[in-house]
Order: sequence, then structure tokens, then C-alpha cells
Amino acid sequence: MRSKALRLTLVVSAFALIAAACGGDDSGNAGGTTVPAQDVIGDGEGAVSILAWPYYAEDGTQDENYDWVSAFEADTGCDASVKYFGTSDEAFTLFATGDYDVVSASGDSSMRSVASGDAAAINTDLLTNYDDLAPFLKEQAWNSVDGTVYGVPHGWGANVLQYNTDVVSPAPDSWGAVFDENSPYAGKIAAYDSPIYIADAALYLMATEPSLAITNPYALDQEQFDAAIALLKAQKPLLAEYWGDYVAYEDNFRSGSTVLGTSWQIIANTLLADDPPTPVDSVLPKEGSTAWSDNWMVYSKAEHPNCAYEWLNYITSPPVQATVAATFGEAPANLKACDEADMAEHCVSYHADDAAYYDQLHYWTTPTKACLDGRTDVDCKDYSEWVTAWTEVKG
Amino acid sequence: MGHSLDRGEGLRLAAEGRGRVLRPSTARRTAARALARRPRLRLGLTLSGPLLWMLVAYIGSLAALLMTSLYHNETVGVATRMVTDPRLDNYQSLVDSSVYRDVAARTVLAAAAVTLIDLVIALPVAFFMAKVASTRVRRQLVIAVTMPLWAGYLVKGYAWRAMLNPESGLLREVFGRTPGYGLWGSITTLSYLWLPYMIIPIYAGLDRLPNSLLEASTDLGGKAGRTLRSVVLPLLVPSIVAGSIFTFSLTLGDFYVNRLLGGTTQFIGNTIYSNFGVNLPLAAAYATVPVLIMVAYLTAARASGALEEL
Repeated sequence: MRSKALRLTLVVSAFALIAAACGGDDSGNAGGTTVPAQDVIGDGEGAVSILAWPYYAEDGTQDENYDWVSAFEADTGCDASVKYFGTSDEAFTLFATGDYDVVSASGDSSMRSVASGDAAAINTDLLTNYDDLAPFLKEQAWNSVDGTVYGVPHGWGANVLQYNTDVVSPAPDSWGAVFDENSPYAGKIAAYDSPIYIADAALYLMATEPSLAITNPYALDQEQFDAAIALLKAQKPLLAEYWGDYVAYEDNFRSGSTVLGTSWQIIANTLLADDPPTPVDSVLPKEGSTAWSDNWMVYSKAEHPNCAYEWLNYITSPPVQATVAATFGEAPANLKACDEADMAEHCVSYHADDAAYYDQLHYWTTPTKACLDGRTDVDCKDYSEWVTAWTEVKG
Repeated sequence: MGHSLDRGEGLRLAAEGRGRVLRPSTARRTAARALARRPRLRLGLTLSGPLLWMLVAYIGSLAALLMTSLYHNETVGVATRMVTDPRLDNYQSLVDSSVYRDVAARTVLAAAAVTLIDLVIALPVAFFMAKVASTRVRRQLVIAVTMPLWAGYLVKGYAWRAMLNPESGLLREVFGRTPGYGLWGSITTLSYLWLPYMIIPIYAGLDRLPNSLLEASTDLGGKAGRTLRSVVLPLLVPSIVAGSIFTFSLTLGDFYVNRLLGGTTQFIGNTIYSNFGVNLPLAAAYATVPVLIMVAYLTAARASGALEEL
């Protein structure tokens, strides 16, 4: 009996000790502390740790034809280690660990990193290519706060509707194709596995249900939000799967188990580059689309800040921008990339310097309680509510 | 180096029964004498390293999980802050929302199904290995059963993704049908992944089972079925429980197989994964669910007396 009590005391005190130790450093996470931008790019630290979307920082290990990191290492002496992430939530969480110097953040994670104090203010005077970046990308709501820049534009593009050209006929021109309850392709449709996909449903409702008066798919009040969730719940029986792993998603199109779904241009390009090509095409539906506008951000307590700036300068330089944009299938941020060899056509098809086109797209943004469309008479659903609802949609 | 030479020399001289033994320093002698008289202290010192590791790595992470589950997030604008004053709100919202109950129930059912499937496959395989096969074949079978453990988990997951493909998968080609991607796709793959963890304990249990018992049963007129029911299975219960602890708990904790093969279904692990970046306290609260289920499972196993036989 005595030894049992002793054991219990030991365990309890161990718990208390550990809890105390853990509790101590949580406060460091709180609040948006601003770290002043650095003044100069000093000597390189010999290393840089990069957190990136797939295909943004290729070093030849995935495909020997795709390698622009090795040249960076040779140029700067900064040994780059690259970690890929699959979703914006993953990017935000990994960046917050402090293990990475730079991240290619989309708009639905960038401002969360700024607010949590993980992103450093960037001194644009140190950036050699900043002046050449498309003006409509700079100092936007998802990469700066009150004129302080936290993100350097990298590239942008729309989420596209991808379909198997052998199976799907006539060619779809509306997102209705993935929401149609009587779809002949039921069971072979796919949706993107992220809470941000709720915006895709809202975008469709924006065009088809004018009575809901949605003007921004990331600013949804209760009624609008409920309608989007109802649409997604009705969509679920049509789906082969929610895709989160883009490699697995490509295989679904190869095998024909998925024939229709939301996608990225790079996925369509990869499938078309197969031998023989997988019969797919991708369209920007008439409702427009959700989209991404990615920015490089530097960690506020980066271990290798100088190499991080070297990376920003390298990755925004015209030749590298051209390579990345062509590989990934997006519009480059640096307009001079369009002057590189074989890039003119690419820049036209991706509307690289077309500000009007850019404005039609709805870029991933973190939804907040204060409506992003400027309404003040209602509360909008914030991202944590999107996450909860997304869990419920999947059931 | 010097010490060991001294001691070696001392021992040699002592063994030869002449000269004087080179003695260790007084402090060491005192310590050695104290330890020699206190076996518990000796044991304590030997175990303190591993125990400390257990405390920090195992209990520590569990403690951190439990503490985090009592915190909650506060959102102002896009900034999310973790507030550390303890509350039970997360558990409340888990209880209130039917989706978390459904996901937990689905995961437990999947874990039970995986355990059952593995058991049905493992029993005859293990019996063959332990009681029928020659020593040579037995060794080869043990290697064959454990071989898949040498391959990466992801490799096997992707391989099953290809095999289960509803259009072109191997299963469809060979059997004309496939579970496809969904709950049964996950269960099939997980059954494959955890099968060795069921076979090996049952094989070990059968290996320990004396053949004389089987012979005695036959001599008394027991047919194969009766021998299996009345002799083999009762003696195997501890092994089966041991195997089921593996298959059940591994399934409860898995999320990537379901992400690859689950189609539109989600398990506890998927729900934790989608929440942990955004609402860590809620994810932590939900992560206690499989822990509680396993505690209940182990308690039941203990009550049945199965754990004492392990």
C-alpha cells in the first residue's frame, strides 16, 4: 500500500514538473512582436533551410532535369536544405517551429505567420529584383502590414478544373461540374482536402446564388457559410476522394479512377508530359477561381538571415523565375522573366502582367471574424470555424 | 587504461597468492562497500537512466498532451494565441459535436476489423509454422513473415494504393473487384501492414505449446476441431491478446494510410492532423481519445488475466 502511494506521488510530481517546464515557454508564442528588418546582407552563414511548396526549390533529387538549387549553392556558398509541405496549414505549423529560414507562403498562411511573430519584416532595399516584380503583387493584404513588407512575391496562379478528355464530354466550363448531383461522373470526382476548399464552394454560390450576396469567398457570414457547407455536404457522395497528396492525385488521373476535379496547372502539365500523355486538360471555369499568390518570407529569428536574403535575391531573379514558373505552371512575379527564352508565350497564357485578370481571381486568404469584404454589420466565420466545419463536411 | 592495468595486476598477484593486492582508492572502496550492502540502491542506480528517459520521453509527452488539451485558442484578427488557463472546453466540444463521436466510432470499428482479419489469417499461418513445417521451412517462414517490416511504411501504402485502384488495380484485374479507396481500402491495407505483429506472438505461443498436449487430446478421441477449441485456443489467449494490442493500437494511431486510401473517410488521426496546425488544444484533446481507448483495452486484457501470461 505504502509503495503504491509513493509511486502515485512520484508520477504526479513528475507530471507537475513537466507541466511547469512546458507551461513556461508558451507565452513566447503569443502576440505579434515586430522584429526590425536587417540593414545589410552580411557574409553568408554557409547554410540555409528552405520550406517550400513542391517544385519551388528543386535540387535535382526528384527529377534531375529540375535543379536550380545547386546553382544557388555554387553561387553563394549557402548549402540549402529543402523541406516540402503539402498544405498551407502544414507550412504555417512547420514555419512556427523555427527550423526554417525561409518559406514560400500562400495567402492563407502568410498573415498568420506575421501575426504569430514568426515572420520578419523585410528590408526591400536589400533585394536586387524587387523593383522588377509586378506592381499589383507588392504590398498587398497578404504580404504586408501598414507598409511593412513581410513577403516577397514569388508567383501566382489559379486553381483549375482538370478533366480527362477521353471520358468527360462535353468539356466542362463551370465549377458546376464538380457540384452537380446528377453528374454522370459521380464517384470519379475529386475535391481538395483543405478547409480553404470551402471558398471554392462559396465562389460557385457567388455566381449561382445571387440572393446570398457573396462578394468575397473568404468573407462568409453565417447564412453564406451554411449554404457553402450544405453544398459541400451534398458534393461528398459524388467524390472518389479528397486529395491532399498531389502525387497520389496524379496517379488517380492516370488510372482513370478520378476524371474530374480541382487541380493545379503543374499537375496537368505533369500528366501531359507522361509517355504516352495522360489525356487531361485544364480550364479556368467561367465563375473564375480561387487562386494562390505566394510570397517568400523570412523567419523572425532565422539562424541564417544572410543566406536567406541571398535566396530571396536568387529565387526572384529573372532566369530562375522563368524556370520555376515554367516548371510549376504559374505566372512569375518578376516580369523580366517573360523576356527569358521561350517565356513570352508562357507569360501570355498565364496573364503574368495582366492586372485586370489578376483581379478576377480570389486569392487564398485567412478568413477572419472581421469580414474581409468590409462589411461591419455582421461577423464572418474565422478560419478556426472553417476548420471545424471542414471536419464536419468530411464526417 | 592505467586503472584497469592496476586492477589486472592486483588480481594476478592475488590469484598467485603472493605479494599485496593493489587496492582501489578509499572513496571507491567506501562506495563499493555501501553498494554491496544495499541491493535496492544498486538496482535504483542501474535503472535511473532508463527510468529518467521513460519519464521524460513517454510520460512527459503524454503529460504535455494532457496539459495542452486543457488550453484553448483565442483568435484576434488572423492572430491565434494559445491561452494557458486550464479549462475543459475542448472536451465539451468533442462531446457536443456528433462528428467527433462518429469519427471515433469509425476508427474503433476499423481497428476491431483489422484485428479480426489479422487474427483469422494469423492463426492458420502461425499454426503451420509452429506445428507442421520442418525446422528449415519454419525458419524461412519466420523470415518471410517479418520481411515486409523491412520495407518502408510509405512504400507499402503507395503500393496498396496502386493495387486497390478501382479502375486498374491488381485486385480488380485478378479478382474482378476491389474495395477501392474508402473505409475498406484503409482496413485492407492496415490489415496487411500489421499482420506480422499478429503472427509472431501467436507463433511464439504455439511454439511453446507442448506437442504432447495435442497428442493427449488426440489419444482421448479429440478430433482436430475439438483439440483446437478445447486445448489450443485457451492456451493461446495471451498470445492473441498480445497480437491484438499491436494491431488495435497501431490502427487507432494511424492516419497516413487513411489519407492515401481512405477516399473521403477520416479516422481520429486525420482529424487530429487537420486540427493540429490551427487548433492545437482541440487536437490534443482529441488525441486523448485513442489513449483512453487503449487504457480501457489494456485494463480489460489485464482483468481477463491475459497480460500475466505474456
